[in-house]
Amino acid sequence: MAEVRAIDYTGSERLTMNMGPQHPSAHGVFRAILTLEGEKIVGVDAVIGYLHRCHEKLAENLAYVQYPSIASKTDYVAAMSSELAYVMAAEKIAQFEVPKRAQYLRVIVNELQRVASHCLWLGTWCLDMGGALGGGTSIFLYCIRERETVLDLFESLVGARLLYGFHQVGGVRYDLPAGWAEQCRATIDTIGKRLFEYEEMLEDNAFFEARTRNVGVISSALAQDVGVSGPLLRASGVDFDLRRDQPYSSYQDFQFKVPVETEGDCHARYRVRMVEFRESIRIVRQVLDSLPEGPISSRPGVKSLGQVRVPKGEAYARVEGPRGEVGCYLVADGSQKPYRMKWRGASFSNLAVLPYILPGVTVADVVAIMGSVDPVFGEVDR
Amino acid sequence: MIPGLPPLIGSLIMSAIVLGFVVGLVAYTTLLERKFAARMQSRVGPYRVGPHGLFQPIADGIKLLLKEDLVPASADRMVFNLAPVVFVVPCLLIFATIPFAPGIGVADLNIGVLFFLAVSSMEIVGLFMAGWGSNNKYALISVMRAVNQIISYDLPLLFAALVPVMLAGSLKMSDIAAAQGGGFWFIFYPVLGQIGFLAFMIAGVAAENRTPFDILEAESELVAGFRVEYSGMKFGLIQLGEYAHVIGTSFLGALLFLGAWAGPGPAWLAPLWFLIKAMLVFLLFTWVRWSFVRIKVDQILAVSWKLLLPLTLGLVLVTAVVVVMRGSHG
Repeated sequence: MAEVRAIDYTGSERLTMNMGPQHPSAHGVFRAILTLEGEKIVGVDAVIGYLHRCHEKLAENLAYVQYPSIASKTDYVAAMSSELAYVMAAEKIAQFEVPKRAQYLRVIVNELQRVASHCLWLGTWCLDMGGALGGGTSIFLYCIRERETVLDLFESLVGARLLYGFHQVGGVRYDLPAGWAEQCRATIDTIGKRLFEYEEMLEDNAFFEARTRNVGVISSALAQDVGVSGPLLRASGVDFDLRRDQPYSSYQDFQFKVPVETEGDCHARYRVRMVEFRESIRIVRQVLDSLPEGPISSRPGVKSLGQVRVPKGEAYARVEGPRGEVGCYLVADGSQKPYRMKWRGASFSNLAVLPYILPGVTVADVVAIMGSVDPVFGEVDR
Repeated sequence: MIPGLPPLIGSLIMSAIVLGFVVGLVAYTTLLERKFAARMQSRVGPYRVGPHGLFQPIADGIKLLLKEDLVPASADRMVFNLAPVVFVVPCLLIFATIPFAPGIGVADLNIGVLFFLAVSSMEIVGLFMAGWGSNNKYALISVMRAVNQIISYDLPLLFAALVPVMLAGSLKMSDIAAAQGGGFWFIFYPVLGQIGFLAFMIAGVAAENRTPFDILEAESELVAGFRVEYSGMKFGLIQLGEYAHVIGTSFLGALLFLGAWAGPGPAWLAPLWFLIKAMLVFLLFTWVRWSFVRIKVDQILAVSWKLLLPLTLGLVLVTAVVVVMRGSHG
């Protein structure tokens, strides 16, 4: 295992600089105490916990029918994946059956969520590198424009734009409204086309290449040691995607490619995510083409708190979220509430790689690397 | 110079007019830039204050005047308060030598271009005072970068500006403008003009600290760089200085390469033509600003010393050869 370099604060040439918790590029409330030698980072002390909201304790006090809406607040940029992890864990213990249509709907919303989440990632990452008063904003606003159209889809499906409560134990709560499928196709077609524009704007730009190539290299061994997952892991040359390797929610029915890059730098992470954009769009198209008729839940609609009782047992459910593996470990005692819940946030594990890769880079690289890791602090602190 | 008045009084009146004009221009170029950027980003831009947001700059100015004037407790008060003034003076002074039309200008010095470039690089003193006086680590790193960058880019800017100077055979701005009469602007000069203009633009963007070379502001790394502690009208002055510098460089670019006030129509249209060309150069700067991501400080220095400086030096050399070959009246 690679060693984190100990921070030695002595020495007159060193400057300690706080980056965060309030900082334009902190992506939330993250504090990095950087030790600088000129522009070079020699040490980094990461402080998290500013957004801690006792999610795991809350789960012990909320019924199975209540918690999915709270689970969406862990990774609030990809609420659909977090909800899914929780309900899947409950379903696994109780061995509830999920109807095929519900499984397909889950795939649709999760892949749309991935598109929306990656839109936000690309925008904010470019904002970090390009500045709020520069080219970065242009990309940011284009990406937000696309993300809004996806959120419009969610709004007409669920009624909410950010935190959904779409999943429930045993299925999903809402069926597609009339005309939704056409609207969805039109939206993903537009986004699919616009992706080429972004690639043109970024990859033909020598400055973008200079900022991302060979910056923040995570070796394949380091990635596995620290336990990073998702696009970061695949950009470091590890071919692993839960959707393909441990299919859940009928992912095995669909064709998609898992992008793998070997460089492990910011540019590789960018390329992996750009392919994921397209593959997600491809999956959504396939689901819309083959969506079966039938019930959307094996359980009746939610009327009372005690409606879902999960028998005694424990289970771990994992979902490939936009940022990596979102896991939920649930211990049930037979009542209407779980006995204990443990959450595995993808951002938390991904962020843990920073102290290994930041020493040696410059201040400007820190924001590029942070952006390429794409942390969401709701999920880091929970 | 105003005919019929003693030179001193004439210059005073003229400089008051130019100063007023520049400040007004700065206010409205910010609006122009915001509208232009908004169009690039499929937005509308300022729209609420007045028709099409036309009073927005005035509202912004009033807001800045009314803001609380904060001085950090640990700042070096005198340096901190003096810095915006030291910064803004050279940025406004550069307009002194620009002739806006034949005979209209504060002082058409015989070393106009040299004066312009020398004074415009004085802004670094104000910058450094701002960063040092703030007693803030972000500001300190920012001005460290700024000194590096401005030293590196003043030379290429100077050499690029030397190309038209040598072609015209004079450092006096009105002579350079006159040399481009008859529609043969220096940007049309085969090879030399185009490369010279390109080098001038790149070095200009860097000298003005605008994206992609705005490492000293770099708000995603250094929050707001040297002006992180400034608020209210002191911030306004820094902003005024920056924009005045950009506009001054745009005027210089239009004068050196785009034939200054030359254009069709009656003679009284001359200042208008000059303004249009300068705004065109300004929009070029803006276009670059809103399409690129920022590069790193080491990369910026590499661009200057490894690419731009040899290029412009070579350009000056070739221009010298051309000028000698064609004789003094080519």
